[in-house]
Amino acid sequence: MKRTRAQFVTILAAVLVPALTHAGKGEEILQSQCSSCHALSKPEDTSLDRLLNRKGPDLYYAGVKFNKEWLVRWLQAPTRIRPAGVMYRKVVKAGPAGSADVVDESLLPSHMKLSAEDAAAAAEALAALGADSPLVTKGAFKGGAPNVMMASLLFNKLRGCSSCHAAKPGEPPHSGPELYTAGDRLKPDFVAEYIRDPQKFDPHIWMPKLELNDGDIQKLTGYLMTLKQEGGK
Amino acid sequence: MKTLACSLTVLLGALGASVSMAADEPSPQAVKLYDTYCVQCHGVNRDGNGINSATMAVKPRDHTDSKAMGDTPDDLLFKAIKSGGLSVSKSVLMPTWGGVLTDDEIRLLVQYLRFVSKTQSTTNQ
Repeated sequence: MKRTRAQFVTILAAVLVPALTHAGKGEEILQSQCSSCHALSKPEDTSLDRLLNRKGPDLYYAGVKFNKEWLVRWLQAPTRIRPAGVMYRKVVKAGPAGSADVVDESLLPSHMKLSAEDAAAAAEALAALGADSPLVTKGAFKGGAPNVMMASLLFNKLRGCSSCHAAKPGEPPHSGPELYTAGDRLKPDFVAEYIRDPQKFDPHIWMPKLELNDGDIQKLTGYLMTLKQEGGK
Repeated sequence: MKTLACSLTVLLGALGASVSMAADEPSPQAVKLYDTYCVQCHGVNRDGNGINSATMAVKPRDHTDSKAMGDTPDDLLFKAIKSGGLSVSKSVLMPTWGGVLTDDEIRLLVQYLRFVSKTQSTTNQ
């Protein structure tokens, strides 16, 4: 009996210790490499000035925002999600006379890359951040395949989303994050909640709070979930 | 000349409108609000050439256009910002900012637009 118990403890330790170490490593990476630019806990300062001066998007609700599999891939080979930076006004300048403003690329910092092992550990820790956040209600996106043509019309014409967000690669830079990887990157419940009330997540953010009915929010979320670049398309 | 000014004042009073000149210096708070929310479409030069304008079907309003801005009363500007372009029979691409900005902030922006467009503030009463 004693021997059996000892064996059990050994096996349990063999399983748990690496897992705990992995989680600990991920948290250590977040603290040492991410926290200087990203808020890992909810900021007390909710002023516009704080928003204007932050260096990266807040990650304290990363667990309800990102797909972990995407995080693992992206952290190893980051692409630019925000073509005009975290706060567009700091990097745009007037274009040629009569033309649209342009991004001063020299002002855009590159995101660090992580090794496969570190990316997996960091993604694990990020997935745990705010995983129980009340910001996102489970089931906010009710699912169902959207009528892509109708939803695309909403996105591009009727609700004006495409003014600030690119739905396909190669478009000129916009002030908002690209959404052509939204289906890979984001969780649908988060997308629905963010469209409904962006300022709930980012007080004072320069994305308008449109007066959309739930039908539009469901259609737009369903549409964005179809926008994928990696696999599954 | 004095008589003309008096006549103009009387005329505007009769029309139920009040007019005041744009401020000499813009409010720093208004500039900050404009830079945060408006520049993305209306541009760093306030001329409708924001970074997003490159792909927009309807070009954003040129706020330096004294003629067009002068023809637009304050309450219409306020309504366009607060309730969006559709509320004033303009483009849906001008979104509703009433869920983000307070009425006081919108009023500040309307004043700032007078400064940018070098036009006079006209409020129907």
